[in-house]
Amino acid sequence: MTAPVPTARPKLRSPARLRYDEARQTELLLLPERVVRLNPTAGAILRLCDGTRTVAGIVERLETEYNQKGLEPDIVDFLAEAADKGWVESWERSCPTP
Amino acid sequence: MGEELPYALTAELTHRCPLHCVYCSNPVELRKREEELDTGEWLRVLEEASGLGAVQVHFTGGEPLLRPDLDILARRARELGMFVNLITSGIGLTEERIVRLAEAGVDSFQLSVQASEPGLADRLAGFRAHDRKREAAAAIVACGLPLNMNVVLHRHNIGQIEEIVDLCASWGANRLELAHAQYYGWALMNRDALLPTREQLAAAEEAFARAKERHGRSLELIWVVPDYYEDYPKPCMGGWGKLSLAVAPDGRAYPCVAASSIRTMEFESVRERSLGWIWRESASFNAYRGFGWMPEPCRSCDRRFQDFGGCRCQAFLLTGDASATDPVCHRSPHHRLIEEAAVSAARLSRRERAEQGEWAEQGEWAEQEEGAEQGERAERGVPGLSYRGLAK
Repeated sequence: MTAPVPTARPKLRSPARLRYDEARQTELLLLPERVVRLNPTAGAILRLCDGTRTVAGIVERLETEYNQKGLEPDIVDFLAEAADKGWVESWERSCPTP
Repeated sequence: MGEELPYALTAELTHRCPLHCVYCSNPVELRKREEELDTGEWLRVLEEASGLGAVQVHFTGGEPLLRPDLDILARRARELGMFVNLITSGIGLTEERIVRLAEAGVDSFQLSVQASEPGLADRLAGFRAHDRKREAAAAIVACGLPLNMNVVLHRHNIGQIEEIVDLCASWGANRLELAHAQYYGWALMNRDALLPTREQLAAAEEAFARAKERHGRSLELIWVVPDYYEDYPKPCMGGWGKLSLAVAPDGRAYPCVAASSIRTMEFESVRERSLGWIWRESASFNAYRGFGWMPEPCRSCDRRFQDFGGCRCQAFLLTGDASATDPVCHRSPHHRLIEEAAVSAARLSRRERAEQGEWAEQGEWAEQEEGAEQGERAERGVPGLSYRGLAK
């Protein structure tokens, strides 16, 4: 498990897609053979993983949105796990040093 | 307990297929073309499935590419917000067709492969398919789409796991599912000739670990366990009528694609009932929901919440009673059936090894005519294996 650096730009790993599911009132991650039911925090983080925002940017945005400080460690841990599970592209490939 | 909503629909568009794989999980009695749902009926099935909560559709078969309306169905499924997965042999998957399907809304192509080299692969498929699969893989990659692949593992290819992984990596796969054969349909019929021995399985697990070490970062590898050598059964389908449903080519709806093998049950058709009614009200979908139906040893076992008693189809196929504990469970009173199958397969495996020279020489079996009789195929195929018939 490799943690992303603050300048990494996480991106959903193709062909994964996010969908907010009205029937279940929850964010779902759709993958080729699986559907993952995300908790609200995981959903909020993955929604921001569009390949343009940096990890630092995602942290800032969520800290503002939830009016909280110190979210970085949790977000970084979650992203490392998400990369490990193949939900987002791993850092080596998704973020060549600019 | 709130109402369960299905996450996924498996749409078996047709049982027709150019391949006749010896491990095919389609029912032994294949549905014919005349019995297939038409475009309008499938569109309704997609809409009803989406209305029920399904967010994913697996178009499969048979070979779904044989349906000329596949684009229309994929487009509608995507409009409904579903993740669209196409499970294909790759025969007929040209670059032009890929572009059309991807534009229509297919999110993911899953291409099967039978072995690491054409000779064995074509013999297993009963068709000269391997080279065409390589072309299909190249076409998917050329279109810039992720390539998902799968291989069914059994005694004849379990010794080449690393070679298979290398092959798929060289074709550009992003994801490869190595799935041990599940013994239903044609695979059950051929079980003696397909089931690996415990030793082969142990060696395969080591080979898988090595392959994962080498390719793990670039190629996602998934290992689907062979349940015959487990102590406890698989949590089949995550529970009966709980997470997903399947519609067969003729419109019958099942909690799982193998369930048509349960002869003692009546399954409803979408031609007569809505999918919503079938999911919520039908006797078949309610038969094994929850825990009340369970006999001992499941009824008082703590694992029932994890494995839901295992697989109903396997219980029926092996014991004749669909409500029995899955015989894979070492606590099942029928567990000896599994042990005997392993012994019987190991005996045949030893004999095959003794006759290996003869085995390897029978090279020209593949490329069978569509519609050839099953008996003819079996005669020309790998000795001791029955090839699935082709419903015309």
